Amino acid sequence: MKGWPSLTLFTASLYGFWLLLNDTFAPGQMVLGLVLTIAVALGTAAMRPLRARPHHLFAAIRLLFVVVGDIIRSNFAVAGIILGSVKRRSNSGFMKIPMDLRDPYGLAVLACIITAVPGTVWAGLSADGRALTIHVLDLQDEEAWVRTIKYRYERPLMEIFE
Amino acid sequence: MSVENIPAWADLLASSLLVLGSVLALIGSAGLLRLPDLFSRIHGPTLGNTLGLGCVLLASILIASISAGRLVFQEILITLFVVATSPLTAMLIIRAGMYRERVDRGKKATPQQDTMH
Amino acid sequence: MTALLPWAISFALIAFAFAMICAAIRLLRGPAAEDRVLALDTLYVNSMMTVLTLGIQYGARLYFDIALLIALFGFVGSAAMAKFLLRGEVIEP
Repeated sequence: MKGWPSLTLFTASLYGFWLLLNDTFAPGQMVLGLVLTIAVALGTAAMRPLRARPHHLFAAIRLLFVVVGDIIRSNFAVAGIILGSVKRRSNSGFMKIPMDLRDPYGLAVLACIITAVPGTVWAGLSADGRALTIHVLDLQDEEAWVRTIKYRYERPLMEIFE
Repeated sequence: MSVENIPAWADLLASSLLVLGSVLALIGSAGLLRLPDLFSRIHGPTLGNTLGLGCVLLASILIASISAGRLVFQEILITLFVVATSPLTAMLIIRAGMYRERVDRGKKATPQQDTMH
Repeated sequence: MTALLPWAISFALIAFAFAMICAAIRLLRGPAAEDRVLALDTLYVNSMMTVLTLGIQYGARLYFDIALLIALFGFVGSAAMAKFLLRGEVIEP
C-alpha cells in the first residue's frame, strides 16, 4: 500500500463521481467518463504543486468511523447546549493547541474534521504551523479538547499522511 | 403521491429519519437566534449541515431505492459535496469575523491611523 | 398499512419552514455582515433539505438535481461573500 500513485486515485474517484452522477452503467457513458476523467486529471496535474501520499488504508477507514461517531455524539451535545440555559450557552471561547502534524493534506483533512464536528471550528494555524487556534462552543475542560484532537484525530492523520 | 406502496419497516425508518433530521436542522437554526455572539453562532448551522442533512439524505436514498426497486444512492454526492465544502464556509466566516473584530479594535484604539479612504 | 411517511414529510416541511424563519430573522437583524452571510448559508442548506423532502414526497428524481445545484451555488455564494468580507476582494490578482 506504500505510496499510492495519487493521480490514479484522483482519476478513479472522479470516474466514480461521473458514473454516480449519471446513475448508469451504459457503455457510452462509461467510455465518455473515462476519456473525461483522464483528460481532467492530466489537465489539472500542473495545478497541484504537491502530491498527497496517503498510506494505511485501514487507519483511514478507522478514522472515518471515529469521525462519524463523534459527529453524531456532538450533534446531540450541541443541541443540548442550544436548548439549554443562558449559562451553558455563553461558555464558548478560543483555545490554542500545539500541533505536530506537518503534511498540508493532513492539515486540510484535520481542518475539515474539526469544522465538520459540531461544537468546534478551525480558526487558524500560526505562521510556523506549531499552534492551532480553534473555537469551541463548550469550553469547560481545555485539557479534554486538546486530548481529543491530538489522540483521536491528529495521531491517525500523522500515521496516514506522514 | 408515490409513497404508498412501501413496506412498513421502511416507512417507519424513513419517517423517523426525516423527523430527526428536520428537528436537528430546526434546533441548529434556532441556535442562530439563541446563541450570544457570532463565533458561537457558527456552531449552530453545523447541526443541519452534518447529521440533519445526513438523515434526510438517508431517508431519500431509502425511499428512492425501494420505489425504484434497485439501489439508488446518488444522494451520496450531495453528502460528499457538503462535507467537503461546509467547513470551508465556516472557516472563511470565522476568519472574517476575527479579522474585522481586530480591525474594529485597532480603529478604536488609534482612530487617526484610518487612512483607508 | 401504516402510512407514517406523509405525516413525517409534513412535519419535516413545517420544521424546515420554521428553521428558515429563524435564519431569515437573523439575516434581517444580524448586527455584523458575517452574521448575515452565516444566515444565508443556513437558509440555503435548509432550502436544499426542503427540496429533498419534496423529492421524497413526489418521488421524482428531478428534485435531486435541484438540490445538488442549490448545494453548488449556495457554497459558491457563501464562500465568495465570506471571502469578500475577509479581504475586500473576491478574486485576488
